[in-house]
Amino acid sequence: MQATEIIEVLSRALSVEAARFEAVESRDGMPTVYAPRDLLLEASRVLRDAPELRFVFLADVTAVDYHPRDPRFEVLYLLACPGVAGYGDTPKRLRLKVRAGELDHVPSVSSVWQAANWGEREVYDFFGVHFDGHPDMRRILMPDDWEGFPMRKDYPVQINQRVKTYAPLQVSEEEFVANVEAARTSARKD
Amino acid sequence: MSDHDLPILTTTVEKVVQWARRSSVWPVTFGLACCAIEMMAMSAGRYDIARFGAEVFRGSPRQSDLMIVAGRLSRKMAPVLRRIYDQMPEPKYVISMGACASVGGVFDNYAIVQGVDQVVPVDVFVPGCPPRPEALIYGIVQLQRKIDQQRSFV
Repeated sequence: MQATEIIEVLSRALSVEAARFEAVESRDGMPTVYAPRDLLLEASRVLRDAPELRFVFLADVTAVDYHPRDPRFEVLYLLACPGVAGYGDTPKRLRLKVRAGELDHVPSVSSVWQAANWGEREVYDFFGVHFDGHPDMRRILMPDDWEGFPMRKDYPVQINQRVKTYAPLQVSEEEFVANVEAARTSARKD
Repeated sequence: MSDHDLPILTTTVEKVVQWARRSSVWPVTFGLACCAIEMMAMSAGRYDIARFGAEVFRGSPRQSDLMIVAGRLSRKMAPVLRRIYDQMPEPKYVISMGACASVGGVFDNYAIVQGVDQVVPVDVFVPGCPPRPEALIYGIVQLQRKIDQQRSFV
């Protein structure tokens, strides 16, 4: 299935112009579609549920920082349709991309694909892209009190900082919940 | 017992203590990365660290004398390493195994601690990427020589 056919299905289901989406050539021949940010959530639902598409499997969520360019980030969703009974006719893949600036928020697709939950947290952790409507928006790999987003192009490779060798021995259940809540609110704020 | 016999007796006790300490250096089970594979090979039959009395890897830091930092230490892991070190009873020793643990190795970046001597005091550095089991055994033998020179009753 070509990228243009996928866009056709999308624009028909969402009753928007096909020009809102953009198909690009990719060297590996995998259909690649740019979606606008405001249509991402609805488009994701169509990609998953439309009988001719049925991209039920979200393989990966990641991002690229094209630093001096504006908008700066591209968030990538790698989708697959297994093509087994009940899940589409033929196996196919799709590379879905969304452009986002430094201050833009991207709608979370974790309500469509559960697999997006940790993937989006990782993108937030490393690139600082914010996802609206995410159930648990906080860092996943770096320490909770980390400053900055390490995979950004303007983040230094080496940092001259003292190593933190101390963490509280034990926290109560209330403190633990409060810590998680604080990490979430700080993630939503900046 | 006459007075001039006393120092001889004291020296002997010290030697016994040194001998006991160096002959049963029990490492804590703490593998961080690929160096841990070589560490396991060192403890297994082919290289057989039991020859030097250090084969008993303890699951609890409270039963260990030696911590082999086997691999790169991330900044997030540093508090954990420090806590395990703090839980070990005195006297305790640390071997920094391999390039990553000693100076950061190829991971010259924001996430990795550039040398575990920023976190715990290190007795022996073992170079290599990863060090062969023989190299680590040599490190343990060096540590044993160090323990042998340690004055327990000064």
